[in-house]
Amino acid sequence: MATITLPRREHYLNISYGVRSWLLTTDHKRIAILYLITVTIAFALGGLAATLIRLELLTPEANLVSSDDYNKLFTAHGVVMIFFFLIPAIPAVLGNFLVPIMIGARDLAFPRLNLMSWYVFVIAVGLGIYALLTGGVDTGWTFYTPYSTSWANTRVVPVLIAGFIAGFSSIMTAVNFIVTIHKMRAPGMTWFRLPLFIWSMYATSLVIILATPVLGIALMMLLVERVLRVGFFDPALGGDPLLFQHLFWFYSHPAVYIMILPGMAVQSELIANFSRKSIFGYKFVAFASVGIAVFGFLVWGHHMFVSGQSVHAGLMFSILSFLVAIPSAVKVFNWTATLYKGSISLQTPMLYAIGFIGLFTIGGLTGLFLASLATDVHLTDTYFIVAHFHYVMVGATVMAYLGGIHYWWPKMTGRMYPEGPARASALLIFIGFALTFVPQFILGYLGMPRRYHVYVPEFQVLNVMSTAGASVLALGYALPVFYLLASLWTGKSAPANPWGASGLEWETSSPPPTFNFERTPVVVAGPYYFRGPITEQPPAKTTVQEPGGEVH
Amino acid sequence: MSEQTLHHPANLGHHFDTLDQQHSANVLGMWVFLATEVLLFGGLFLAYFVYRTVYHDAFVEGSHHHNIVLGATNTAILIVSSLMMALAVRSAQTNNRRALVLFLALTMVFGLSFLGIKAVEYKEAFDTHQVPGALFQYEGERPELARQVEMFSLLYFAMTGTHAIHMLIGLSIVGFILYRSWRGKYNAAYYTPVELGGLYWHFIDIIWVFLFPLLYLYGRHVAVGG
Repeated sequence: MATITLPRREHYLNISYGVRSWLLTTDHKRIAILYLITVTIAFALGGLAATLIRLELLTPEANLVSSDDYNKLFTAHGVVMIFFFLIPAIPAVLGNFLVPIMIGARDLAFPRLNLMSWYVFVIAVGLGIYALLTGGVDTGWTFYTPYSTSWANTRVVPVLIAGFIAGFSSIMTAVNFIVTIHKMRAPGMTWFRLPLFIWSMYATSLVIILATPVLGIALMMLLVERVLRVGFFDPALGGDPLLFQHLFWFYSHPAVYIMILPGMAVQSELIANFSRKSIFGYKFVAFASVGIAVFGFLVWGHHMFVSGQSVHAGLMFSILSFLVAIPSAVKVFNWTATLYKGSISLQTPMLYAIGFIGLFTIGGLTGLFLASLATDVHLTDTYFIVAHFHYVMVGATVMAYLGGIHYWWPKMTGRMYPEGPARASALLIFIGFALTFVPQFILGYLGMPRRYHVYVPEFQVLNVMSTAGASVLALGYALPVFYLLASLWTGKSAPANPWGASGLEWETSSPPPTFNFERTPVVVAGPYYFRGPITEQPPAKTTVQEPGGEVH
Repeated sequence: MSEQTLHHPANLGHHFDTLDQQHSANVLGMWVFLATEVLLFGGLFLAYFVYRTVYHDAFVEGSHHHNIVLGATNTAILIVSSLMMALAVRSAQTNNRRALVLFLALTMVFGLSFLGIKAVEYKEAFDTHQVPGALFQYEGERPELARQVEMFSLLYFAMTGTHAIHMLIGLSIVGFILYRSWRGKYNAAYYTPVELGGLYWHFIDIIWVFLFPLLYLYGRHVAVGG
């Protein structure tokens, strides 16, 4: 492997130019870049809604937006961030780019389906954002009935359709990953030689496959009820609203794992590389992903402890929710144990990874408060729960996403990002995050309900702290857009393996050629083995086949 | 382009090594997709079972409104269409293009017959005001069940309607494969699309095999209002 990038080498970015060559590409790496641009726009829009929410909450009175507009803002924030950012972010950007390379394949199993998933996603985002900007929706991202079907006087229908369409895009990506991981591994790439990134992506794909269609049909039933005035869910029409909640959370709780498992995927790679150690308990971490995927399907009822579901169901869901903490804790302990006696270097990706461990631990442990029936009654629909899920989805998933973007940026673009500003923004994000959401735990515990834009004056100090934190957070998120874009022109050329990292993606050039490898690699070693600090290259995991030789 | 593409057979994607690998990847992809379809219908089946448990009498009455002869005929038609599809796949495997085209055409004929009979049933439901919503009229002996019978009718239309949409998609797929077969695109070495179309077609049939007893036969041994 050459470690010097030759100026005229052909790779996936310079093999062809022009808009057509991007919009009609079937190269998984280019599609990943298309997704990267799309989800970044979605993140900015969702963040804008969050900014307005936090500004309104600066004072106890309503003085920036009306009640109706506030309802539309938090709905827009939830819908955009969940359906258009968190769910696709890591799988469709980093997963798309890395899954084939990490297993030594030339592309995903269904390249055209992959491109189609992006178009479907763009249609969904376009429709959703169009509806949110021209009228908006005030139901919350949960679309609870009967409000959403019989009372809400806002643009529920196009947003439901957008959610339904976005589901297709997730399913296409997940089908692609499952088939690719089963059928396209390079010779010698056995299941237990797979990087943990792949195990987590596989688990994520399973959850997407089994959960997304249920949301799809639930949204369609909602749509039929709203448009035709026939009752699946509205008690006035003979239906049962609890049925909607069951169907909705049967998807939307596993969806939490669709968002966090890819974060864990990135995390395992970052921790191993920047501690220069093989991950502690590889098989435990691998099976913990599958365990989370399985248990994640059995806990949806904990969203309905106060919705009138039976006490017995509540008990079972409570116990099962505690159980899902076990595989999550296995992962956290194993990452921590990997750090132990590791040779830790604090590059930007590692800062994000360490932040992930701390924030995810708090997010997970506060989840146990909500899994307990009695405390949940006190904490339901307060800021405590808002803080809890932001710790998991933002504190863990977004941190991992940004860590991953920095880690693989040299591979994706062929340029190094500037370390100084990157570290600064990682710190800003961590500090801003803590300042935003720690006060919300306290507010929630004191009884401030979520989804209100006015509150009693006693809560103002904590709310001002939270808004101040959000401003720091916004700055931290804005910075990478600038320095990463600038690095495309001013960044140093990246060598094939700038981190001395271990994995097939580092054994091809940066950026990789269109078919990822010059020759089909033959894998001869397991995923994590390091030698010396990050400036040292580890031994190669692959040999290459003779040119013209029979493949496989 | 790597030199490997030069050795590739015409039907082999650039990213696969062998036709076998490509075939097994495609088939696995279809099976995984069918898993999502099962879960999609699963939501409707769940709603059906919840309300059937709660509104038992109304569901018995509702199922009596449906024409058991038409439903049974349609079941038979779909099962025969599945046989035709299976024979089409077999014909592709044995390189028999004429038989492949014939059996695919027959699959479509039976599929269209199913939809024709379904249309007759829908029209009957409209005429007798069994359609949920504004047109619904309850004509039975227990007016307190009106809302619940309407719920049965809603589920009937939601489930058979979702099924019919899948039939339309299935027919388009079979039509496309028929055209390609007529052009001689498939043979014993490459018939993956025929097999994938077959898997989808059989899946639609299996859904109907569940829908028929649930919607037409439920409580048929119980007298209405009994």
